[in-house]
Amino acid sequence: MALLRLTSPHAHGPMSTQRVMLNVLLATVPGIVVLTHFFGFGTLVNILWGSLVAVGCEALALKLRRRPLGFYLKDCSALVTAFLLCIALPPYSPWWLIAIGIASAILMAKHLYGGLGYNPFNPAMVGYVILLISFPVQMTSWAPPRGLGEMPGLLDALRACFTPALYDGVTMATPLDLLNQNIASNSLLLEELWQQNPQFGLFAGVGWEWANVAFLAGGLWLLYQRIFTWHAPVAMLASLSLLAALFYDGGSSASGGSPLFHLLSGATMFGAFFIVTDPVTSTVSLRGRLIYGALIGALIYVIRVRGNYPDAVAFSVLIMNFAAPFIDFYTQPRTYGHGDKRGQK
Amino acid sequence: MADVSYKDLSLNGLWKNNPALVQLLGLCPLLAVSGTVVNALGLGVATTMVLILSNTSVSLIRNVVSDTVRLPTFVMIIASAVTCIELLMQAFAYELFLILGIFLPLITTNCVILGRADGFAAKHALGPSMYDGFIMGVGFAAVLVVLGGLRELTGTGALFANMDLLFGPAAADWKLVVFPNYQPFLLAILPPGAFIFTGLIIAVKNLIDAQIKKREAALKTDTVKESRRVRVTGTVS
Repeated sequence: MALLRLTSPHAHGPMSTQRVMLNVLLATVPGIVVLTHFFGFGTLVNILWGSLVAVGCEALALKLRRRPLGFYLKDCSALVTAFLLCIALPPYSPWWLIAIGIASAILMAKHLYGGLGYNPFNPAMVGYVILLISFPVQMTSWAPPRGLGEMPGLLDALRACFTPALYDGVTMATPLDLLNQNIASNSLLLEELWQQNPQFGLFAGVGWEWANVAFLAGGLWLLYQRIFTWHAPVAMLASLSLLAALFYDGGSSASGGSPLFHLLSGATMFGAFFIVTDPVTSTVSLRGRLIYGALIGALIYVIRVRGNYPDAVAFSVLIMNFAAPFIDFYTQPRTYGHGDKRGQK
Repeated sequence: MADVSYKDLSLNGLWKNNPALVQLLGLCPLLAVSGTVVNALGLGVATTMVLILSNTSVSLIRNVVSDTVRLPTFVMIIASAVTCIELLMQAFAYELFLILGIFLPLITTNCVILGRADGFAAKHALGPSMYDGFIMGVGFAAVLVVLGGLRELTGTGALFANMDLLFGPAAADWKLVVFPNYQPFLLAILPPGAFIFTGLIIAVKNLIDAQIKKREAALKTDTVKESRRVRVTGTVS
């Protein structure tokens, strides 16, 4: 007798929404620690202020929608949105930038569509994109990583957030910015680019590579906890590296960068394990997740190398959020005992 | 056709059957050129004039044109009205004409105009038709201006910038800086902002309608047939 796993879940894991969300929050900790180590307290201040605003917005929306406050606030989904958005924001962002981003994420992208579970777009990424197209200057000023510039202290970080007019920060182009400009101007060989700019480290950017490794570690832990399946992140990373390998071009001036550079740059690992895996806005079927992830990876590469924006995780994820129901429609798994479209059993 | 009261027409055009908020017609210009008050007002006025002209002419010829060819005839009338307005704008507000660009000729395809011509003017006498064109245009323009104002205010922190494009050099200093040192919020000026703000305006209108309905329901007392009045005498205590 074949012991097939039948469709119904016959045993339940004690996994509540709250536990999933708390696990996700916990998994971001290594990444946050590394970001704080390399870029200072800016990210932490972002997260603290962002979480406050997020809980406030969530409570407001629940009150307006006449939902029970305690029950929905306890699921911590607003906190997850705040953490994800605030990690993606540049450190030392002013308070109003964070507040606008969080408010549009929670009020517009989440509650206008019906709250947790009904939002077609990833709230954190909607907030990020709204900020990116509205305030391009603030959203592209990243502080220099440790060792390449003055390290602002905790007090500076607080001042940057709450009295932005009085704060005079230092910013530096990120490795992805430099690569993007280099491809556009077609000027330097990759090796020269590496030598001329101190932002580049061992494989990718100073600081960035370790932040990506830390988010990878957090993601793998979530995978081990079975918060999500491996399909979407692996497909995304695979298609991104495949395209990078195809267009590496031996490190010429038109090179799009090595696969390792793309895997460890910008928001790659953060996106792969914390954004692409969002259970609400991604596809449901496993085959669908492979397609979904692979297309996100491809879009990220194309926009990074050929687009006007240095990084592209948010745009790619939103575009594929559009396509998720469509992909699900064509990748429905065969119901046990029924033939597929071609009539096979 | 039964006669229609001007009061009903006004209520319909401005609120109950507002072309932009209820019929959701003419969304393309509504969303595309409502970035500032001056653009919105320019296009709103142009649309209103076209509506009056087309409704008037359609109403005049309504008994002469046969049903089968009425739509092409109406479209030709609307197109010529649009051409007139376009030429007028070139003569008197050339800069605004350049800014509005393709959206001026596109008034021809605005569904509000053909809708009113076929749905109202083709069945009603001259007076009501003219008035309907006017009030529908005003309803459309009002929404356009409100939307333009909201987007200009949130987008740039000021109101009524560049009004001289429409009202001549005297209006050059009408610009009202509401928030000095405002950080421009580009989303409001970009097309997504138009969608978001239109949605919000519609939501507010529905909210007001719901309130009105609630109040009316509270005022009205239901009397069941053959029910009797209860006579109360004395007090309980």
